[in-house]
Amino acid sequence: MSVFILRRLMQSLVLLCVMTVIVFAGIYAIGNPIDILISADASQEEYDRAVRALGLDLPLWEQYFVFLGNLAQGDLGKSFVFNEPALQLVLSRLPATLELAFAAMLISITVGIPLGMWAGLRPDGIAGRSIMAGSILGFSLPNFWQGLMLIMIFAVFLQWLPAGGRGPTASFLGMESTLFSAEGWSHLILPALNLALFKTSLVIRLTRAGVRETLLLDYVKFARAKGLSTGRVIFVHVFKNILIPLVTVIGLELGSVIAFAVVTETIFAWPGIGKLIIDSIFVLDRPVIVAYLIVIVLMFIVINLVVDILYSVLDPRVRLADMKS
Amino acid sequence: MRPLMYALSGVFTAAALFSAPVSAADLRVALSTEPTSIDPHYHNLSPNNALATHIFGSLIEQGPTQELQPGLALSWKPIKDDTWEFKLRQGVKFQDGSPFTADDVVFTINRAGNVPDSPSSFGIYTKPVKEMKVIDDHTVHFITDGPYPLLPNDLSGIRIISRKNAEGATTADFNSGKAAVGAGPYKLVSFTPGQSIILEANPTYWGEKPQFDKVIFRPVTNPAARVAALLSGDVDLVDGVPTADIAQLKKNPAVSLDDAVSNRIIYLHIDSDRDVTPHVTAKDGKEIKNPFKDVRVRKAISMAINRQAIVDRVMEGLAIPAGQLLPKGFFGVSPNIQVPKYDPEAAKKLLAEAGYKDGFKLTIHGPNDRYINDAQIVQAIAQMLSRIGIDTAVDTMPRSTFFGRASKLEFSLMLVGWGSGTGEASSPLKSLLATYDKAAGMGPSNRGRYSNKEFDETLAKALVTVDDAAREKLLQKATEIAMADVGLIPLHYEVSTWATRKGFKYEGRSDQGTQAMGVSIVK
Repeated sequence: MSVFILRRLMQSLVLLCVMTVIVFAGIYAIGNPIDILISADASQEEYDRAVRALGLDLPLWEQYFVFLGNLAQGDLGKSFVFNEPALQLVLSRLPATLELAFAAMLISITVGIPLGMWAGLRPDGIAGRSIMAGSILGFSLPNFWQGLMLIMIFAVFLQWLPAGGRGPTASFLGMESTLFSAEGWSHLILPALNLALFKTSLVIRLTRAGVRETLLLDYVKFARAKGLSTGRVIFVHVFKNILIPLVTVIGLELGSVIAFAVVTETIFAWPGIGKLIIDSIFVLDRPVIVAYLIVIVLMFIVINLVVDILYSVLDPRVRLADMKS
Repeated sequence: MRPLMYALSGVFTAAALFSAPVSAADLRVALSTEPTSIDPHYHNLSPNNALATHIFGSLIEQGPTQELQPGLALSWKPIKDDTWEFKLRQGVKFQDGSPFTADDVVFTINRAGNVPDSPSSFGIYTKPVKEMKVIDDHTVHFITDGPYPLLPNDLSGIRIISRKNAEGATTADFNSGKAAVGAGPYKLVSFTPGQSIILEANPTYWGEKPQFDKVIFRPVTNPAARVAALLSGDVDLVDGVPTADIAQLKKNPAVSLDDAVSNRIIYLHIDSDRDVTPHVTAKDGKEIKNPFKDVRVRKAISMAINRQAIVDRVMEGLAIPAGQLLPKGFFGVSPNIQVPKYDPEAAKKLLAEAGYKDGFKLTIHGPNDRYINDAQIVQAIAQMLSRIGIDTAVDTMPRSTFFGRASKLEFSLMLVGWGSGTGEASSPLKSLLATYDKAAGMGPSNRGRYSNKEFDETLAKALVTVDDAAREKLLQKATEIAMADVGLIPLHYEVSTWATRKGFKYEGRSDQGTQAMGVSIVK
């Protein structure tokens, strides 16, 4: 197992290097951030000063090596826009995104798995059919439209919940989060629902497919023939076996929820990293973009690792040492 | 399902119970663009400047239409050709109780142009100041390189900080609040990027008592979300109301709209300098000489554009057709210039006279995320030009690409905007129309490389004329010369719109800034 993890880490390093090169070249090709940041009536002299101040006068390869040198000392540079350390900026926005992502995943798991199992066990019932029809809607309605509709219904017409923004944080066991305050939840619930709708549909469909497939397998028939109760057959024998694909997908989806909650965060003015990255891309704030991507790539690497380990726990046939990572 | 429903309804009730009561004396604002810093000298950007105005005072303040008003300075006058005398307001205290003196002014001016890593520095405003002399605690002399009439306008863009609190302070010290001690009407409580900026009233403010105990700014960049936040009662004031929603909001009794003509002109810059321009060819694709060097072609294009139609259809009425660089009422605006008349037939004739009876092929460029409805304006213009025989294609792009390429002179005809930060005509004349001269700092944004000797001379004279009346005459004359020669094609002045919840009113500003000081409570 340690060989497996070591190999993974080596690959990750290469991946990070390739990623930074692509980002550097890509942003360089798009344009010069100074063109956007500088006041329009600035003179050429002032323009040149700003370019030098941000180190953009050096040739690209030199800028990259300066970056690598600083990276080796754990310094990812300062944001061009905020004049604050880029990594710190990204990390300061991370909690907001994490709580949104966890709330969304929680909703999609607690709602998706029971509904999916129901639909799998009673595929021809009215409930089963409605669940499937609903999941198609959840899949196909555009995310931003769903978000705006949620705001229109719950914030504008019913005025039950705020239209956006993040609520106040409270601390619990030393952690600061809006998850621990009622007002925090009132701000969180709409964006979390918005983010969860698609994932819920995905979980419903995966669960249903898994249940349908597993029900026909010999060991289920055998368990039934042995006279086990329906509850035990479903919750122990069926449930455990549909978990393997579910864990894989949910793990990856958790990563994508954290990394790509951009639309939801923009619509609900949620101060997470998705909003930070989109704002940074608009003004070509390279240090922040690079820091964000490094954090996200690392996160995906860790999630994949955890998923692989969980896999081997859930399915004893899988041995990590044999996996070609 | 049951427990889930209970849980949900529990959350809803809890939310209703715990959402903090908002007292009438609080103001909540949703901003379309987020200030990037509290440091008033870090980034010369309008949202930053609007925010800094709350916390820090300026020597000279700009009113709603950018007219100069006494701020921390009571009066100012030129006492010699190269010296301005500023008399400071007495008895003013910073928010920490320390007194405001001439020393703070000197400290501020020395810092403003020298903030490390500034992406857009305030050096453009402090550079004319060669030397400062403190005469007494409340009198400062500014010595400039020769006569410099625009010093009051320039200094109105600099917010005064206190030496005691900000000596050696970095931008981060301002963001944390440590150094953010000014003499403005509101104090900084907290700055959480991406989330909120909270201010509270400064009880020792020298001027009119602040209207609100607490002001909360929240960045909401998505326009639809901003309007929703207003409709749901989450905020009291939003800026940048999307034009598409205006008609509907007007009908809503719970909302009132306030607008103001801005100092921003939207115009077309024309490559009138090079012999061959990159995006013009004959209709068969062959290279031709640059037609825009001929003033008749430039005039024809200006006449082919139906400005009123753009204002009515594309801008939903929220713009004013333009014939020069600033709207009526600003210093240096010429009363003799009319909005060019829409006349496609005459335009065709002019084109034929210039030798382009069959027209030519053109690509027009513009940004698609910078000005109000920018991409649609470019498309409308392309259709209007096609009507007079110029086959026009459209290429719009995000501003991150557009401005860099425009400054590298990659375009032939481009849509750009210009807001006059100083609130008078010399700013656009100097930046957009003066002959490009890197060393002298003239024409930095002259992306069409327009050049006219008579214009340059008139403008140069205006820039050193201290007498206001004489200077205004010269600025008007310079504008008239450039407009008659079609140095650029003005389209319209943007009108900015704010929306407030019932009970509030906003006095719109020509610099498009959103300030709590402009909000009043109405019954």
